[in-house]
Amino acid sequence: MQGVDSELEAECIRRILAGEKHLFHDLIRPCERSIYILLFSLLKNEAEAEDAAQETAIKVYLNLRHFRGDARFRTWVLSIARNEALGRLRKQGIRREESLDAASDDQTGDYTPAILTSWREVPTEALEQKELGAILRKAIEGLPEIYRNIVLLRDIEEMDIRETAAALGISEGAVKVRLHRARGMLQKELAPQLKAFAPKRKGLFWGRA
Amino acid sequence: MRIDCKHVWQHISAYIEGDVDAVLRAEIDKHLETCEICSAVLDSTRNVVILLADDRVFELPVGFSQRLHERIDRVI
Repeated sequence: MQGVDSELEAECIRRILAGEKHLFHDLIRPCERSIYILLFSLLKNEAEAEDAAQETAIKVYLNLRHFRGDARFRTWVLSIARNEALGRLRKQGIRREESLDAASDDQTGDYTPAILTSWREVPTEALEQKELGAILRKAIEGLPEIYRNIVLLRDIEEMDIRETAAALGISEGAVKVRLHRARGMLQKELAPQLKAFAPKRKGLFWGRA
Repeated sequence: MRIDCKHVWQHISAYIEGDVDAVLRAEIDKHLETCEICSAVLDSTRNVVILLADDRVFELPVGFSQRLHERIDRVI
């Protein structure tokens, strides 16, 4: 799948560089959401993330001839987005010590989850209810930044571990440790609330929520 | 070796990722067969991960894509 994608991308890039500039829209479209989510996770501001996403797309276009096929196109695009975000943060005088400091990752992923004795799946159709989405978003927003970034890229945007590590400029090991902690925190926060969204079991009248 | 609940919790995320070796996976599976609490913890964590992956949880700002492509059109 990825092989076919990258061949199509390579062909698309060749044609853009040969003058079919309008094809750039098609090239960048599959990356849009990832660009925005990465920028939002780093800049924490919708308007700023959108502006940076536009700058990123322009920089990708202007630097397209420098793309080397040895990295995935999206990974390359995200490295440009990350540099854009870091440049903006530097200008704002914000130091990024928190996310660069891996020292806290040395501890083991020790946590106590929310203890449940029964659990029923919450089907994704339950997301039709606006409250469920709001509860999930609030829990993500409540995570410390280094964990929120990982959740946004790995679990929301479904990048793989390697791509998440490359996008954030941290090691794969750090991604795994943080992902583990983040999921633990989310389970603890969310599981008791989510039970209310599980489908009701037929014939159960004593209402175990 | 018998592993306890705390040990299972330490590997929940890796287990969901399919990133534990065969020996550890077998130990965890064995534990899950008899431990209702760990089964519920695993299932609820996995369910959270599944829900998060739904595009409705995190939506882009309305009009984001249109504005992006208009900007691109002004440059190319």
